This record gives sequence, C-alpha cells and structure tokens, in this order.
Amino acid sequence: MYPYGALKTLRSHAILAVFAIATLSGVAAACRTAAPANPAGTNDPRPPAVPIVQPGAPGEPSKVIAVAQAVDLSHVQATEADVKFMQGMIGHHEQAVEMVALIPTHSTSQEMQLLGKRIDLSQQDEIKMMKRWLEVRGQAIPSEHAMHMHGATLMPGMLTPEEMSRLEAAKGREFDRLFLEGMMKHHGGAITMVNELFATPGAGQEVEIFSFASDVDADQRMEIDRMGAMLNAILKERH
Amino acid sequence: MRSGAARFLSLFVLVLCLAIGGAAQQVPPVGTIDARVGLKAGLHDAGEAAKNMEHIATMPKPEGFFDPAAPAGRGSAPESQQAGRGENQGNRGNTPPGQPPPFDPVASNRLGFTNSDLAFTGNHVIVGNYHGFNTYDVERPNRPKLLASIVCPGGQGDVSVHGNLLFMSVEQTRGRLDCGTQGVQTAVSQERFRGIRIFDISDINKPKQLAAIQTCRGSHTHTLVTDLNDKSNLYVYGSGTGAVRSAEELTECSGKDAKEDPNTSLFSIDVIQVPLAAPQNAKIVNRPRIFMDTATGNIAGLWQGGNHGEGTQTSRMTNQCHDITVFPEVGLAAGACSGNGILLDISDPKNPKRLDQVTDPGFAYWHSATFNNDGTKVLFTDEWGGGGRPRCRSIDPPTWGGDAIYDIVDRKLVARGHYKMPAPQTELENCVAHNGSLIPVPGRDIMVQAWYQGGLSVFDFTESSKPTEIAFFDRGPIDAKQMHGGGFWSTYWYNGSIYGSELTRGIDVFKLKPSEYLSQNEIDAATLIRNEELNTQEQKKITWPAATPVALAYVDQLTRTKSISSDRAKAVKSAMEKADGVRSPQDRGAAAAIEQLNNLAAQVDKDAAAASGRDAMRLKALADTLNGRAARMK
Repeated sequence: MYPYGALKTLRSHAILAVFAIATLSGVAAACRTAAPANPAGTNDPRPPAVPIVQPGAPGEPSKVIAVAQAVDLSHVQATEADVKFMQGMIGHHEQAVEMVALIPTHSTSQEMQLLGKRIDLSQQDEIKMMKRWLEVRGQAIPSEHAMHMHGATLMPGMLTPEEMSRLEAAKGREFDRLFLEGMMKHHGGAITMVNELFATPGAGQEVEIFSFASDVDADQRMEIDRMGAMLNAILKERH
Repeated sequence: MRSGAARFLSLFVLVLCLAIGGAAQQVPPVGTIDARVGLKAGLHDAGEAAKNMEHIATMPKPEGFFDPAAPAGRGSAPESQQAGRGENQGNRGNTPPGQPPPFDPVASNRLGFTNSDLAFTGNHVIVGNYHGFNTYDVERPNRPKLLASIVCPGGQGDVSVHGNLLFMSVEQTRGRLDCGTQGVQTAVSQERFRGIRIFDISDINKPKQLAAIQTCRGSHTHTLVTDLNDKSNLYVYGSGTGAVRSAEELTECSGKDAKEDPNTSLFSIDVIQVPLAAPQNAKIVNRPRIFMDTATGNIAGLWQGGNHGEGTQTSRMTNQCHDITVFPEVGLAAGACSGNGILLDISDPKNPKRLDQVTDPGFAYWHSATFNNDGTKVLFTDEWGGGGRPRCRSIDPPTWGGDAIYDIVDRKLVARGHYKMPAPQTELENCVAHNGSLIPVPGRDIMVQAWYQGGLSVFDFTESSKPTEIAFFDRGPIDAKQMHGGGFWSTYWYNGSIYGSELTRGIDVFKLKPSEYLSQNEIDAATLIRNEELNTQEQKKITWPAATPVALAYVDQLTRTKSISSDRAKAVKSAMEKADGVRSPQDRGAAAAIEQLNNLAAQVDKDAAAASGRDAMRLKALADTLNGRAARMK
C-alpha cells in the first residue's frame, strides 16, 4: 500500500478517476499529483505506516517508539554556546577581511596578493554562511564593526587595535612578516574557538554547526601551514 | 503504451493536468530551451522535466523522518540576497528592536532528517538518513512499499549491506551508542558514538545493533572491501572528515598537526576488520598513512591547500578522504580525498598503498569516485560548495563542481575530460556533482548521477574526453522564494531500475526509455544483470550472459558507428533468435543453430581483426557472445 495515499489530496472524484486511468496507462509521470507534505503530524492519532524501531546499544534489544518521540530533536538544537560561537566568529572573520584589504597597497609580493584573495573569498563566504545560520534561527547578527566598539571583547587570536595600527603602518617585507604572524595567530584563535565549542557540554551537536566548525578547523590549520612556509621564506631572506 | 487510444488518453490527461494547474510543468518547444529550465517550485508538486526516462514512482519520507512543523525544513534567502551587510537582520516578527528574538527550534536542526546514501539487498532498498534509515520492498519497482523505519541519529547515515549485516556511518557529536535522539549533554562522554555501526538485519523489520566501532573523526562515509584471499573477514574503510574528538573521550585521538604529532588522527583512514563469524568483534586494524610523501616520510605529503594559480579553484588540504570506491577484482581503489584524487593498490586490503595522485585546478573538494567496468578509468566528482550551495547556475564554470574523467594508464591517472550536468539551475537549488553508479550496458561506459536539486543525469563516458548526456530528470526548486536543501543525494541503477534518494522529498524510481542515444536492446542487456546485493562504493566486475539482448546491444552500437554491415547485423539477429527457439540440445534444430552461431562468430572475429579501437572490442565481444550462446546449447 502507498502510505499516505497519493490519491488523497485530489480535488474531486472526477479527477481521481482520470488519474487512476492515467496511472494504469503508465503516464502518471505526465501528471504527478502533489503528495501531502505533512500527512500525519505528531498530533495525528493514526499510527505510522510501519512501526518505528529504535535499536539499543550493541547487544541490547530494539524497541518500538512513537512518532513524537522519533522526531524529538529538542535536546540537540543549537545551544547558546553555538549561537555565541557563530556571532563571535563573524567578528573574527571580519578582522581577517580587514587585514587582507591592506595587502594590495602594503605588499608588493605576488604570493601575498594571491593569499589575500584566497583568504578574502573564503572568509566572506563563511561570513555569509554564519549570518544565514543566525538569521534562519532568528538570532541577532552582530553589526559589521561591532569589534571596533570601545570595550568590545576580542575573540581568541584577534589582533588588538595596537597590533592593527602597527600592521597598517608597515610596508613591503615588514608588512608581509607582520601580516603572516598576525594571521597565523588569528587563525590559531579560530581553532581555539572550535576546540572550546566542542568542549562545551551540549554544544556543536546541531547538524550544520557541527559540519561548519569541522570545516573551520580543517581550513584554518591548512592556511596556518601555508603561511608558516611563507614566513620562513621571509625570515631566511633576512639572513 | 503503443496504441493510438492510449496515446490519445495520455494527451488528454496531459491537457487536463495543464488545465488544473497542479504539478504540470511548462514544456518549452523542443530544441529551444532545455526542459529543465524554468520548472515550477514546490515540495511535492514541483514542475518536472524528464528526457528518455520515465518516473515510475515517488514516495514522501515516512513519519519520524521529517519535522511535522516544517516538512521541507526551513529555507533561507538566496545567496544574492543574503543577510549581507545589514545589522540585526535576524530580528523578525514581533521582537522589539535591540532585543534578541526568541530562538526558533524548528529552524535549528533543519538538516537533522536528511536522506542520504542507498544500499540494496534482494528486493530491498535501504535508504540512509541523518536520523537513521528506512527499508523499502521494491519487488515491484513502481510500487515501493515501506517495510521498516529505524531511528538511530548521527549523520550522514551512509549505509552498506553484507548478508545480514548493515553498516552505517556516524560522524556527528549528537550520535549515541544507544541510538537515542537526545544527543550528548556533556563534553566528554562514553555514551557518545562516532564511527561505524553494525546492525543485524536478519529481521528486516526489527534490526538489532551488533557492534559500534568508535573512531576519532567519526565516519562521514565508509566502503566495504572484500578480501578475495580471505573469506572469513570483511574490511571496511572508514573516512572521517569531522573534527577530531578529545583524547579524554577516546584515548588514541589527536587533532594535532602532522608536524606536532606524528600520531595525529588526521591524514589517514580507518581500516576496520570484521570477522564474519563474530562481527561483534570488529575492530580497527590499521590507519594507513596514504597521503605520505614516500621520499621524505612526511605524512602530510599531498595537496597543501590553496589555489592552483590565478583564476583557479581553491582546493582543500588533503588530510582526509571523503569517500573511497574499491574494485577488489582489479585490485584498485580510487580515493576522493579532499584536495586530491588518489589511486590505491588494495591487493592487500588491510594495507592500501598509494599508486598515484592527481589535482584538478577546477576542483574544490574531491568527493567520490566511480570506476568503469573494465577498471581502466576513474570518474571523480567535485563537491564544490559542500552540497548546500547553488553551483550549477549559468555563471558557474562547467569545469567546476562537476566530474573529472581519468584513464588509468600503467597504474597512473591520466586526465581526459570533464562532465557537468548541462542545464543551468536557479540560485534556489543546491546543485553540484554527487553520487552515481554505472548502468551495466555492455560495450559502453554509462553512468547515472545525482546532482542534488540539479536532478539526475545519465551520460556516456566511453570516450573519456567527450562525455555526452543520454537522459535526465529534474524538478523545480523546493520553494519559489527561499533556498531549501534538497534534491538527489544518490541515484543508482539496481536490477533494471534507477533509484534516487531525495534529501527532503523522499525516494523516486525511474526506468530508462530508448532513444537515439541508447537502444531498447542496450537497456534490455543492462536489465539482464541482476545483483543479490549492491553497495555502489564496492564495485564488482559485471559480466554479461551470452544472450540475445547483449548481442543486439553490440550490433546497435556497431550500427551507430557504421562499423557493421546491415547483412551482418541481420544475420546476428536471426542466428540468436533461432537459438532462442531451440528448447533442448536434442531438438532437431539445435545442431544447425550451433553451427550457424559458430560460423557467424568466426566471421565477426575476422571483422574484429580488421577493425580498431572500440569497434574492434565490440566486434570481439559480439563474437564471444555468439560462441557463448552456441556453447550454452550443448
């Protein structure tokens, strides 16, 4: 039997009859009927089409559970820590974008220009994703320059206003060195944030944040490695 | 559906459908715009476009596997209109300015019920889900019947089957040993499960968990590996892509960089040995360093991340495999491993050894792999944007977010061509290359592949540098205004039908229809291949029986390339049909039929000797089929 009866939503018996004939003559695909989106909500007293089974831990018996129990994700929603992580990471990423914006005018290295474009793209993309994550969940999206506000708390690894000024004042190879040191510290902070997130009870369990935090972890590690190699080359030039 | 009356009826139905609105799509005039462009949006009433295939069944997700308050999940604005620069855009509804709005629990876990990969056993299709899995009886493929719904969350819920054992990947931190839905509320817990579960499905309606092998990064995907020299053990390659858990939770885990910690859990895969007599004793037996630079011993020896020069794609660092496809009979595996495609020698399944590695300047994230049946090429996919983003818009490059096809030459990968589902999709449709399987048409390399909301595409890659589309199916976006995750995760051929797992909508079943690109004989020959079990990531060599549809499939292919005379083609058909008319070796006509087949085979063999390339191979295969048919009558 088709659970939820595909025919149920049809508008009249006349159409139903035609639809039945259409099915018989194999042209159902030409006129696919709207299947009910929500055939039986948790308030529906009907039992599900088949019993819903929940296995136990290895070696333990399986049991039958109710629909309401099956769809209960109330304990694995995004937590306050998840929301704070996303809000904090937006400011964190925005500082990276700001640092990168200095490269075209402060550095002459082709490699630095490429690195800058790359960081800019990935951070902008992730900022969009984080904002969307917050927006969909009805959470406040931090203002773009909240991090500049007096007394704003810096997320781990972020450059202090003094460090930012020093970077802005530097040019050429000195800029490159300060930038790479700063961005490595900055990215290291992002990894710290991910570690702290997963170390917070109940946090990082919601599906999207789990995969986002995992990606941040992997991507920033990779960039730290690349920047480390670039920095070593600069330090060697000096000798 | 060949009679005039039926045709009239179908036309009548179509007109009526258009008249009542409903799901009917706007069909553009043939030859102008691709029928996939401009389809109406809808969760279960979206517009549909199909070419050279028939959509024979669709079933929404069963209860327990969607949020009753938001069956399509929650959407978000398309990328071009996203939150962008504004402040406090999260404030909606009646929340006073300056105050955080109430948390929206429905929106929170909107990927919690996503359908994922498929496995097949007998008449059953097992549909993985981030929340567990569902089993359907498809004895009649046009009438799938839900048999069992199993709740056991943890994502991605990729499934494989071996006899009475079902394997399932779990990566998320919400996963629990006891399949509970409540997650884990402490940072370190022995109740958490991330890794590979093994279920006993001898009672298909009520599976029982037998074992749960904990791994450091969890299991995003996994691949079963048969050891041809050891029938008592089965192997599983576990690919973890998530964050590494703490050593407090699982002792051997380390998320440190390769330089800081030579024992890091990054830069490897998990090789699990499953003793088939006691699967509950399954355990990790190796974590091979398959990304090692053998010259320097650096375990992080492959792609370091970054782009490939001006105007190229940024590829992720290779510290993981996303998915591995094995082909035990040819002793090879193809790993889609983040920043690289790699080729592995798996003649000793416990100790895979890397043979070669490639990069592609258009690939962001190497995602999955498929061998052709000869084991002479690999098709890799690129999951640019991670599967949640629209990457098939007209502005997206055709060599990004698609497939790259490699020939295997002297156990090395040689780049030949690219394929991307050709119809532009909207920015409301997440779309990128995803999972597919071979369609067992003899004499050609044909695949059916899922493209999320880009639908499915059937294409030929016999010429590695010139893949061409044969058939497709597509729906409009889930919603007309907002972006919702959806579309096909996997579309696989199994015993004559194509099955698709739709992330949000449910499952779909299709049949191929003959066209100028694919004949009825070729479809019939593919349908002759029956499997008792199928896990797409473990490829088994397909051999075709010496049967009439197989011979005629070769004839159709040779006719298409004008490499067989019409007399010879007729002779093959007549000889095979005569043989099919013979009931037993004692029949009067048996000897004559055998002689006719053998004589014809000898002639076709001569034709083969005079031909070259693919045609020669098909002629040879045709001659073998004729001889094989004769042998079957003796």
